[in-house]
Amino acid sequence: MVNQESVNCEQVWRAISSYLEGDVDAGLRAAMDAHFRTCARCKSVLEGTRNVIRLYGDERMIEVPSGFGRRLERRLARSGRVRSRWATWSSWMVPVAAMLVMAGGLKVASSRTVLHPLMSAHAQPGHGIPPDMIVVVSADAKEFHVPGCPFIHNKNKERTMTATEAQREGYVPCVRCMRKYLEVAAAGHTEAGPEVSADADGD
Amino acid sequence: MAQPNVVLNNPGMTREQELIAQAQRGQNELFYELVRPYERRVYAAALAILRNESDAEDVAQEAMLKALANIRQFRAEARFSTWLIQITVNEALMRRRRERNAVMEGIDDRRDEEGEYTPRDFADWREIPSEALERKEVRQKLAEALASLDRKYREVFVLRDMEQLNIQETAEALGISIASVKTRLLRARLMLRDLLAGGWEQGWFSRLPFEKGTKPW
Repeated sequence: MVNQESVNCEQVWRAISSYLEGDVDAGLRAAMDAHFRTCARCKSVLEGTRNVIRLYGDERMIEVPSGFGRRLERRLARSGRVRSRWATWSSWMVPVAAMLVMAGGLKVASSRTVLHPLMSAHAQPGHGIPPDMIVVVSADAKEFHVPGCPFIHNKNKERTMTATEAQREGYVPCVRCMRKYLEVAAAGHTEAGPEVSADADGD
Repeated sequence: MAQPNVVLNNPGMTREQELIAQAQRGQNELFYELVRPYERRVYAAALAILRNESDAEDVAQEAMLKALANIRQFRAEARFSTWLIQITVNEALMRRRRERNAVMEGIDDRRDEEGEYTPRDFADWREIPSEALERKEVRQKLAEALASLDRKYREVFVLRDMEQLNIQETAEALGISIASVKTRLLRARLMLRDLLAGGWEQGWFSRLPFEKGTKPW
């Protein structure tokens, strides 16, 4: 603790910055005030330091290069808004997109039919085929058919199953008989009736 | 002041608060109007750390963009100017760390913090009127004196005495203790006083056009 009665020059210099900040206790302040009244050197240090603070604190001391404001405004206009939108967009779109990809993956994995996730529903093989429709497959071929289709190979090795089972086993619809069947069904002229509208992956 | 393109939907707000609220809602069109009053201070903060005008300008722009991108994190209890300057200081410090010469400055930075600083010049000072700053010569001398300080003194001095951050804000912006800010600030002020005392004696402070009967002090 500084003795109020006797504060020397070194003590004044050490505290002069805090003194100017108003950050010294009352005792030290009084001792310093007394010192300044008698010590010209410390008075000089005080006045000089005060000048330094006041002059450098003046707005005019800050000079910016010519055109600074214009260039800043241009950059904000050019990339500021874009970046800001990107930041806003990315903050929620990235997790949402990740969730969509995961959900899509789960859906594909859990589906009983093997579907290409990037194809439109209308482009999926077998779209619109009733899942429990009875179809015919044959050994050594990759397609399933409406019973009686003239394009069935190896008719002696035919097997009958539902459309869903056929697709699960990796068979794809015969482009001839199945397409014709679906066209007729869509026109409402077949016994398949309203079932035709159900998606193969609708379960 | 005419504000034709802004609907002031809360008359209790200052213009600055209104602009901040707009930016926080994603309406960024008037962001430049919000930061414009502080662009000079932002630049000065960057320059104090980087000492290179083009780097300082680039960092000042980056800091403004960062402020725009993070405007929702700004809390009303802080001063907007302080928040901007803290972002700027952070950007500038990161930029300097990436540069090679940071290593050399870092070595220079470690010495001589604890020693007492003794004023060297006791010439009689009177109050220098701020009109002195109208003269480019005076501003230049002051800028040169500031530039000659060691980095750690210059940074603290600029943030506290030019940017008007308080001691605590200065400490937080630079990542140093409050005690260090006080020590460095004292030394910076005393060193500048000594550097400028020569100017006082040589008369470049006092050669001012005050003949017309107005005595400034």
